[in-house]
Amino acid sequence: MAQVGAWVGAVITAPLRGFARLLDVPLRVWQRLAGQNGMAAFFLLPNMAIFGIFVLFPLGLNIAYSLTSGGALFLADRNFAGLGQYQRLLTCADYTNLLSCQEDQFWTALGNTALFVVVQVTALIVLATATALILNRELRARSFWRAVFFFPVLLSPVVVGLIWRWILDRNGVLNAGLVAVGLDPVNWLLDRNFAFAAAVGVTIWAHLGFFALILLAGLQAIPRDLYEAAEMDGTRPARVFWRITLPLLMPNMLVVIVLALIRAVQVFDEAFVLTGGGPGTATLFLTQYIYEVGFASLLKNPGLAAAASILMGGVLVVLTLLQLALGRRNERKAKLK
Amino acid sequence: MSAVGTFLTRRRGGDRWDWTDIVTFLWLGAGVFIMFGPALWLVLSSFKSPAQLSEFPPTLLPYEARTAVVEGYDKPLPLFVVTDDSGTRTLAEVRRVGTIAQMVDPENPATMERINIANRTPDRAVGFSWGNYLDPFLRFDFLKYTQNSIFVTGVATLITLLTNSMAAFALSKYDFRGRNTVVVLIIATLMIPLSVILVPLYSIVSGVGLINSLWGVILPTVATPTGVFLLRQYMLTIPDELLEAARMDHASEWQIYWRIVLPLTAPALAVLAIFSVVWRWNDFLWPLIVLSRQEVYTLQVGLNAYAGELNVQWHYLLAMTVITMIPVVLVFVFLQRFITAGIAGTGLK
Repeated sequence: MAQVGAWVGAVITAPLRGFARLLDVPLRVWQRLAGQNGMAAFFLLPNMAIFGIFVLFPLGLNIAYSLTSGGALFLADRNFAGLGQYQRLLTCADYTNLLSCQEDQFWTALGNTALFVVVQVTALIVLATATALILNRELRARSFWRAVFFFPVLLSPVVVGLIWRWILDRNGVLNAGLVAVGLDPVNWLLDRNFAFAAAVGVTIWAHLGFFALILLAGLQAIPRDLYEAAEMDGTRPARVFWRITLPLLMPNMLVVIVLALIRAVQVFDEAFVLTGGGPGTATLFLTQYIYEVGFASLLKNPGLAAAASILMGGVLVVLTLLQLALGRRNERKAKLK
Repeated sequence: MSAVGTFLTRRRGGDRWDWTDIVTFLWLGAGVFIMFGPALWLVLSSFKSPAQLSEFPPTLLPYEARTAVVEGYDKPLPLFVVTDDSGTRTLAEVRRVGTIAQMVDPENPATMERINIANRTPDRAVGFSWGNYLDPFLRFDFLKYTQNSIFVTGVATLITLLTNSMAAFALSKYDFRGRNTVVVLIIATLMIPLSVILVPLYSIVSGVGLINSLWGVILPTVATPTGVFLLRQYMLTIPDELLEAARMDHASEWQIYWRIVLPLTAPALAVLAIFSVVWRWNDFLWPLIVLSRQEVYTLQVGLNAYAGELNVQWHYLLAMTVITMIPVVLVFVFLQRFITAGIAGTGLK
């Protein structure tokens, strides 16, 4: 395997190596002229140029877009609207009745996303922890079992969505199972509650292995002698879990929770392919709202989509800062040990 | 499967079955069923004919109706197993009128029998509808979609490896003013997923004329902050003395990067390459926005378009879903341990 890999690698990189040799002469000249700093600039340039053009610049531009109105694509053709778009998103005649909001779809998407985040992240963390605990036992063929739970993580969201759309179909295999045990078939994706539950369940299915894997790494870092000492003292397993495992897993757990939150807030692909946001707006989430308003609907409103994405981005920035702070704290603690 | 066998006989400690053994057993058993089952069901279903796909309850395996060439008839006739007063036998159907089918014995085509359709079942054998796989390539655009997906994945991964490793080299091996600013800038971009900058990004890509171009899909995704970080962390472990020694020998900085640092970073590059391939192959939202013309669709976008039609042709759709799944399954089978090690070590994904 490794040899074949090396060989394939050599073939693929052959033109690149030639290219690298060609670049050497002009780069020597540049090195002479600009020195070390010049070389640093050269090495950074391609990545930072792409970063700048396709990530940083759009970020600034996004704020500008959110302050304009109209259907035109380019900023120069758009009218300044101040905070009008935000006002439109957030204004409701009566905040107890979301239908009275100017953009009731936004509020529906916001509500759905909030509910999704709470339910999905909770269930995901509980299931991933249980899976990690079980995989951390003395199992034969642990890597096989780990792979079992990890498998769906690599599948594309479209594939995941279609696999489950086929299973949850009215004439699908799940209903066949229900009929076989004497129950009535259910129209899973055409019932508001079931469709929402399906979106939650399918995204858990797709991401469980990823989170279980990180938690498993955390579990494996807990020193064995702690457990041996507990066993010597005849500590009950439940007590071992609450007093040793959980506290020592906490740093990893927090990072995983924040990561799961970041992902859940942006939920789109799997749910979109599975339900298309329906039935009605039962599974319309924020990212899909942005997509619909900005790109898919007949009356595109880029300004409104930008404003909504900035509100969503604000939540994500807070969550990411939290994640980075937690990660740094864990690193410091690991160093102290 | 031997893993299951040894697993079944394992207990915690002594001879007694502990409740945790039972939970473990049930959890792992359910895990195999729930995690592999759906994909397996997809593969099995993808070989069924349209008629079979609309059957309820569905059969586990794909079947095909058996036919027989009967003397005196131009086309092969479908075979049925008939059970009535005169016993069980296999007959071929000539035509059907209401609930009565006119059938003949393939061995003895002269005598026509009239059979009530309640007394017969189709004679079927396990068979695969390969047409589900061939037609989308021959008659529809799936060959084009596959090519596009391969192009996007390959080119994006190459550019990612090159630009990310160059940036990581500068950020780990040079001391220059503003280095920390650049690092913070890259960290900051971790917070900005694509879904937050869709509108301005679309206008920029449109401004440079890359809408409905595969380059419009590739470029915004290649400067991954995670990639730069992964490689930088790895390059920090390469001793600077090595670089100094090469400088003594008059190696240029470019040579140092290309011939010393890059080969030593190979393990991290491999991990990033695997991730990049999976990411780019699976990308959906951004290609969905940038690509609106059929001939530039990637597989993911093409599948979604197919699934969104009023009359979903499930037999083609399922087969193409399997095709889309294949590269990722190959990565899973052969390279899974790199990925799991990468995730467990860095929280990458």
